[in-house]
Amino acid sequence: MNIVCCLARVPDTTTRIAVAADGRNPDLANAQWIINPYDEYALEAAVQLREAVGGEVCAVHVGPVDFQKDLRAALAKGADKAVQLQTDSPLGPHSIAALIAAQCGKPDVVFLGKQSVDGDVGGTGAFLAHLLGVPVISRVSHLNIQDGRFTAQREIEGAVETIEGSLPAVFTLDKGVNEPRRAGLKEIMAAKKKPLDVLKVAALPARLEALKLELPQARKSGRIVGTGAAAVAELVRVLRDEAKAI
Amino acid sequence: MAHGILVVLENRGGVLKHASLAALGEAARLAPAVGGGVTALLLGPGAEALAEDAGPRGADRVLTMQGIERWSTEAAANAVVAALRSVDAAFVFVSATTQGRDLAPAVAARLDAAYLADCTQLSAHAGTLHAQRPVYAGKAMLSTRPMAEPAVFSLRPGAFDAWSGPATAGTVSALHHTPAATDFSAVVTAIAAASSGAKDVAEADIVVSGGRGLGSAEGFKALEDLAAVLGAAVGASRAVVDLGWRPHSEQVGQTGKVVAPKLYIACGISGAIQHLAGMTTSKVIVAINKDAEAPIFKVADYGIVGDVAEVLPALTAALRQALAQR
Repeated sequence: MNIVCCLARVPDTTTRIAVAADGRNPDLANAQWIINPYDEYALEAAVQLREAVGGEVCAVHVGPVDFQKDLRAALAKGADKAVQLQTDSPLGPHSIAALIAAQCGKPDVVFLGKQSVDGDVGGTGAFLAHLLGVPVISRVSHLNIQDGRFTAQREIEGAVETIEGSLPAVFTLDKGVNEPRRAGLKEIMAAKKKPLDVLKVAALPARLEALKLELPQARKSGRIVGTGAAAVAELVRVLRDEAKAI
Repeated sequence: MAHGILVVLENRGGVLKHASLAALGEAARLAPAVGGGVTALLLGPGAEALAEDAGPRGADRVLTMQGIERWSTEAAANAVVAALRSVDAAFVFVSATTQGRDLAPAVAARLDAAYLADCTQLSAHAGTLHAQRPVYAGKAMLSTRPMAEPAVFSLRPGAFDAWSGPATAGTVSALHHTPAATDFSAVVTAIAAASSGAKDVAEADIVVSGGRGLGSAEGFKALEDLAAVLGAAVGASRAVVDLGWRPHSEQVGQTGKVVAPKLYIACGISGAIQHLAGMTTSKVIVAINKDAEAPIFKVADYGIVGDVAEVLPALTAALRQALAQR
């Protein structure tokens, strides 16, 4: 089976965001960069599927800067080959999807995270599925693939939806769908011999113009109403009379 | 030239999602500046009955379509495209519910259009729309605009109000579009209500959240008791979800849900930055933590320094009494 997983590069979730001098973009000079946490589930799902049915897992990253260390880590976790499509252009779901679709031929299954935790858009899977002419099943928290058919579940507000269909398909994954593995020393050594390509590519023009990036107004520190269970009466009073929250 | 706004309303088993009416209301408020009026679209069983109800709440006309008995993102997205072409709209609005965030980018892909996700504020400028949307789970707010039309927007539930102006015309008519058989290669086959009576943390007016300070999975019993008294949803920090104490559906924060309830009570949560990103827009925040230096107190309106094991049962009892007196 031809399996693709897409890995985005994002600032670690502990990063404090500052606004750059242009007032439109984030200043991420001091950020630690990681593979998007949701994409770790995509990688794990891809490797588990390959282990179950055979085939090949290709890990794809689209982005401007060197990502080889992280792609090597993905190879150690079980991807068979990795490719970075390198471009300096500003990227969006449409341009990322177009580059991946052009690179990957006709995959049987594509896995992505449900969204990258920087832009929080969650659009690449839908654009990619449309370009590949296959359905997208988004925000999947439980997935079973067998004999070319799948059963997926996702949470909707207050309920769980079951989606069934046949491959090929694109899945975007939510937390809980699997437990991403850690690579052992043996796998890390073996990964050094796996193919990793970096290809220079040109991306489609941007569709959106950033006008302004702002930090939300800082909340004012409130007050400590007291210590221990003795403070409960005062808390209930302020919630009722002052904040009118209950 | 295309003009006007097409609003896709969510028909959940014959019930109109409130978030859809908010998206419709926002479209109606923007329509005078954008021009071209507001068209609502309702898909699926019971669409006609819902159209009569929704029409006057911001729509100039409502299109209904049958033929999608079982939900398929592909079929729905193709229907939205057909509706957009039939009324020649410039903008598509969808509420950013789970279904909406599934549908909206699929529509944008078919239109080869810009997609602006999870918008919290919209404004009209010279016939086009500017959007503000949270990025980095709300650590920053980005103002942005599409560089061409059409453009697809998903609107965050809770960020917009339903139409409060005079009833609009809301003329109902059928959309003539027949889905293709290939539209149904992936379909929703079942919808099961989440565990009995549990409220979704992203939709609740009050959220009581627990962290490692609760000590164990069993420690959450005290939190569930508090939630029951307040009619609240239970939330959790990433730490306790990763420990397996609580399901990931309850996680609040950058890799969980972003919530903005009227009241958020954080119990035994220190307040890591990725958790704060998910809840700092709550209206009132209460923190209970034994560490007076915990970062959660920097965003809390009211705090109690103390052991949650001692404070929670007392708070539950006091609130039960206070609420019973009303």
